[in-house]
Amino acid sequence: MTMNTKSGNPVISLKGVSKWYGDFQALKDINLTINLKEKIVICGPSGSGKSTLIRCLNRLEAHQEGEIHVSGIELHETMKDVDIVRRDIGMVFQNFNLFPHLTVLENCMAGPNWVRGIDKDEAKERAVAMLKQVKIPEQADKYPDQLSGGQQQRVAIARSLCMQPKVMLFDEPTSALDPEMVSEVLDTMVELANSGMTMICVTHEMGFARQVADRIIFMADGEIVEQNTPDEFFNNPQSDRTKTFLDQILI
Amino acid sequence: MFVDTVIEDKSLHKPAFLLGLSIAVLAFFFTFNFTDTIFGEFLSPVIGNPEESGFFGRLVVSFVLAIIFVLNLLLISFAKLKIQILIVWIELFFLFLAFAYSFDLELAYIFIGEPSKIWLMISKGLFTTIYISAVSIAIATAIAIVGAIAKLSNNGFAYAIASFYTSLFRGLPLLLQIYLIYMGLPQLGFMIDAIPSGIAALSLCYGAYMTEIFRAGIQSIPKGQWEASRALGFKFGLILRKIILPQSIPIIVPPTGNQFIAMLKDSSLVSVLGIWELMFMAKKIGSKDFNNLEMLLTAAMIYWALTIILEIIQARIERKYQQKA
Repeated sequence: MTMNTKSGNPVISLKGVSKWYGDFQALKDINLTINLKEKIVICGPSGSGKSTLIRCLNRLEAHQEGEIHVSGIELHETMKDVDIVRRDIGMVFQNFNLFPHLTVLENCMAGPNWVRGIDKDEAKERAVAMLKQVKIPEQADKYPDQLSGGQQQRVAIARSLCMQPKVMLFDEPTSALDPEMVSEVLDTMVELANSGMTMICVTHEMGFARQVADRIIFMADGEIVEQNTPDEFFNNPQSDRTKTFLDQILI
Repeated sequence: MFVDTVIEDKSLHKPAFLLGLSIAVLAFFFTFNFTDTIFGEFLSPVIGNPEESGFFGRLVVSFVLAIIFVLNLLLISFAKLKIQILIVWIELFFLFLAFAYSFDLELAYIFIGEPSKIWLMISKGLFTTIYISAVSIAIATAIAIVGAIAKLSNNGFAYAIASFYTSLFRGLPLLLQIYLIYMGLPQLGFMIDAIPSGIAALSLCYGAYMTEIFRAGIQSIPKGQWEASRALGFKFGLILRKIILPQSIPIIVPPTGNQFIAMLKDSSLVSVLGIWELMFMAKKIGSKDFNNLEMLLTAAMIYWALTIILEIIQARIERKYQQKA
C-alpha cells in the first residue's frame, strides 16, 4: 500500500548503470527508481557495491555506463551544475567526516551560509533548530572531537539537514560506532523517516530496515539480486544468496 | 617522545663503565697534548715550566683534565633532567667562548668608532638581513600555496610548470641562482638591482622547498573532508580556503619555521651582490683593519641570537595550534 502512494514521483532513477575500478566491475547494469518520500535500505555482503552505488547518486563516484537522473538532472562527467544537485542530496558517512576545526554550530552553519548564501543569523537559527531535532542543542559550541561517536554522527545528520535536502543518503552510518551508541543514531534516523524524508540507507541494521523501509534492496557482486518489501524480504526471500545472507546476519 | 616507565641503571654509575671512560678520556687528553695550553700554565707549580716538563708534565696535565672531565659528568648525572640540560648548555657555551678566546682577539675593536662597529652591524646589517628574509619568506609562502595547489591539480600545464619549477630551483645551488638572476636578467633587458634580485633568488629557492611542505600538508588531510565538503556542494576554492588549509596549518607551521630560520642564514649568500647585510658588513668592516675574525664572530653571534629568538617564536606558535587541535 505504501509503495503505491509513493509511486509515480521518481526523484532518482538509474538506467543500466555500470562502474569499473580498473578491471574490477563494481556495479553491473543497475536499474532502479526511487520515488519521493520513499525509504530504501540497501544491504548485502561487503564488496557487493552498495556503498559505490549510493556514492554514485551524488557523483562522489563516477559511473561509466548508463544514466543516473536526480530531480530530472542527469549526472555526467561534464556537468557544470553538479553542486546544485549535491546541495539537494544530504549525505551521512560512516566516519562522520565533521570539520574538526569548526564547532558543532559552525559545522551546521557552513553549508547554508557559504553555499546557499543564507545570512549568518538565519543559518544559526536553522542550525540550532536542527541540533534540537537530533537532540544535542547543548553541544553547539563544542568541537567534534569533544563528542562521542553517536553524538558526532547526529551532528553530521543535522549538518546535512541544514541544507534542507530532498534526499538523504546514509553510507553505513552506524558501522563505526560503539554498540551502545548505535541506537541513538538509529532513533534519529527513524524520526527523520517519520517526518517524510526520502532516505536511502546502506546499513546492516535489520531492525531499522524492518521498521522504516518501504523497500529493501539486496546486492551481491555489483548486482541487485532482489528487492522487496521488508515483510516479503525477511519472510519469503527469493534467491539462495539472500537466504544465506539473512541466515548469517540474523543469528 | 615516549619515555619508558622502566628506569634502567645509569651507565655512568657502573664502576666498569666509569673506569673505561676515564681511561679513554685520559688517552684522549694524552694524545692531543694539552701541556702548552692554558691548562699547562695553570699546573706549572706542579710540573714546572710547561715547555720543559716532558712526559711527566704531559701525563699530569692529561690526568688532571681527565679527572675534572669525568668528575664533572658524574656530578651532573645526579642532577635533575632540567638542571642537567642547563649545566651542559652553560658548559658548552663557555667551551665555545674559550675557543673564541684562544684566537687572541681584540674584542674592544667592535665597540670603537663613531658610530661603533657593532651598532653599524645591527642598525644597517641586521636590519637589511631581516628585511630581505621577511620579504622573501612572504613571497615564498605565496609561491608555495600556488605551487602546492598546482602540484595537486589534474591540470597538466599547472602540474608540469610547478614540478619543473620545484625540480629546477631545488636542483641548483642557491649561490648559483643568485648569480643567474642578478647577471642573467639584464641579458634579457631587465635591469635589476641587487636587493630585488637577492629577494627574487631567495623567494624562488625557498618557494620551491615550501611548495613541497604545503603539498604534503594539504595531502595529509583525510579524503573524507573533501568528500563531506563536496557532498554539501562546496566548490574547490571554498573547500581549500575554509576546510583544508585551516586544518593543514598546524602541520605546515613547524617545517615552515625551519625554512624561515634556514633562509635567514642563507640570506648571507646575497652578500656576493654587495648588499649591505650582516655578512657583507662583517667582511667589509673587518678586512679594512685586518680584524676579520672579530667582525665575523660578531656576525655569528647576531645570527645565532636571531635564530634562537625565532625558535622560541616557532615553539610558541606550535603550542598555540596544538591546543586548538
